[in-house]
Amino acid sequence: MSGRVLVGVKRVIDYAVKIRVKPDNTGVVTDGVKHSMNPFCEIAVEEAVKLKEKKLIKEVVAVSCGPQQAQETIRTALAMGADRGIHVEVAGKDYETLGPLQVSKILAALAKKEDAQLIILGKQAIDDDCNQTGQMTAALLDWPQGTFASEVSLEGDKVKVVREIDGGLETIKINTPAVVTADLRLNTPRYATLPNIMKAKKKKIANVKPADLGVDLTSRLEVLRVDEPPQRQAGMKVETVDDLVGKLKETGRI
Amino acid sequence: MVGGSVPVYDEIILSTALMNKILTFNSISGILTCQAGCVLENLSLYLEERDYIMPLDLGAKGSCQIGGNVATNAGGLRLLRYGSLRWDCEKCEMVLADGQVLDCLATLRKDNTGYDLKQLFIGSEGTLGVITAVSILCPRKPKSVNVVFLGCETFEQLLKTFQLCRGMLGEILSAFEFLDSECMRLLNTHLKLPNPISECPFYVVIETSGSDPTHDGEKLHNFLEEAMTSSLVTDGTVATEDTKIKALWSMRERVTEALTHDGFTYKYDISLPVERIYQLVTDMREHLGDRAKSVVGYGHVGDGNLHLNITSPAKDPSLLAAIEPFVYEWTASCQGSISAEHGLGLKKRNYIYYSKSSQAVALMGDIKAMLDPKGILNPYKTLPDNMK
Repeated sequence: MSGRVLVGVKRVIDYAVKIRVKPDNTGVVTDGVKHSMNPFCEIAVEEAVKLKEKKLIKEVVAVSCGPQQAQETIRTALAMGADRGIHVEVAGKDYETLGPLQVSKILAALAKKEDAQLIILGKQAIDDDCNQTGQMTAALLDWPQGTFASEVSLEGDKVKVVREIDGGLETIKINTPAVVTADLRLNTPRYATLPNIMKAKKKKIANVKPADLGVDLTSRLEVLRVDEPPQRQAGMKVETVDDLVGKLKETGRI
Repeated sequence: MVGGSVPVYDEIILSTALMNKILTFNSISGILTCQAGCVLENLSLYLEERDYIMPLDLGAKGSCQIGGNVATNAGGLRLLRYGSLRWDCEKCEMVLADGQVLDCLATLRKDNTGYDLKQLFIGSEGTLGVITAVSILCPRKPKSVNVVFLGCETFEQLLKTFQLCRGMLGEILSAFEFLDSECMRLLNTHLKLPNPISECPFYVVIETSGSDPTHDGEKLHNFLEEAMTSSLVTDGTVATEDTKIKALWSMRERVTEALTHDGFTYKYDISLPVERIYQLVTDMREHLGDRAKSVVGYGHVGDGNLHLNITSPAKDPSLLAAIEPFVYEWTASCQGSISAEHGLGLKKRNYIYYSKSSQAVALMGDIKAMLDPKGILNPYKTLPDNMK
């Protein structure tokens, strides 16, 4: 086994920012807006770095697909302890239509190229909430998947994953190579310390084009319109229970 | 903090909460004019949509009103960069004790026509007039904000880090705050906030604000490299994203909250020559010995302002007697201020002589008598009970 783990990191609008829809309703405003690493991707990086610290794997490679700024996200992963980065350049129209299908094709190609033993991703991105990339990547590679992981342990050539499911927790054991997606309670991402931030500046980030990996970025989806959720109407106070019943009948609620 | 706005005997409470309109905002000069009852946080939100920010930021921003901020010359975390309200408050409209409305509300940056009356009212704690509207000069919202959390072995290293900061970060430095390891212990214990870095005797929160992320990032990187290689700093972490920035700031901003969980708190807000700031904390610890539960120091070290806090399981008059007047005498011996930003209010009015001469206080008394002969404006506050 190569002992190499691929971690996908996505650059998204920072979760604390107030989102605004563009006046032409084609999307949200991203220009000049604070971006950061998707929180679930941070958890994925943390898990990979932890495995390396326990000497269960040998190398952590951080991957991001996007324009030039995606390199900042990769640098953050490097500052947390990833060994090197791969920036898959996707810009302009291609970036606007980039979705889980294209990213999973890219990750699958890279996993083969890098001879990865494990792919760890965040369970979903906080901008599109798709929750599809991990699952699609596993399917394209015909690898087993352990999604919504709240605990991951390597046991020989197998991975034990405790998954968060509707009914509680499910524990599964899957063969490697495998895809794991991180859920909120998997770990608490570390702060990147100064010595590591300094070291990260010297770590390598390779540039790759999707065409080099033989991936077609054409999207099968078209965004028709983006709208803000409807404004919440103010409530009203009533004096008596009869008033309340009256109002509920009036508005057709009962 | 000092009971300045707490009614004590026979006062009538005047609230400006309904006077919460923003009157004008000039996006070229950056001057905001609003009524005194506007809540600071609401003003911040209004300005942020227009690419500006308030020049001051406090823990109490969700509830404090701008009129009160001006009346107390509130300081806060951004003072290092944007100055105090004495600098940023352009004009104000006041109502005097006799009911006259003094309208000095203009929106001009420069005006040398006669005595600057507003300076008398700023920081007067409501004892000379009631502020009803203000004009504030607001800075542009910075495009790039970075927060750094550092650990230093000694207070001397911390001060050298400050000098290095001033030299290498220069104009982009917007805050320099410190907390000691005792504060960290309280944050860990009472609020379960983990230490972002390793255990150190002193921690520093540095914020940079600028208009160019690349330029700021480079300056910050150079500063951090220098600080690390010259061992001024033993550990640290950097945040550029909002969520992480908030998390690092909360290590400094929530110390007050952590103290409330530790017991009854005795709070002192002192201005001292910057190199002597921590000496007061160590001397106090030695002086009190076992009598106090915790003795902590934190604050706006960049402005020479220490927040010295002491806790005990319950209110203890004998502990208070050990603390005061020791703390005031110590402060006076360095010509410091016994109230850097919290004002005198009710609690500290009689200690004014530790930081001001009797002639100065007498003149203050004359001004008060002239403007409020019947003593109806916020009585029992700010000036001492017995004028020397």
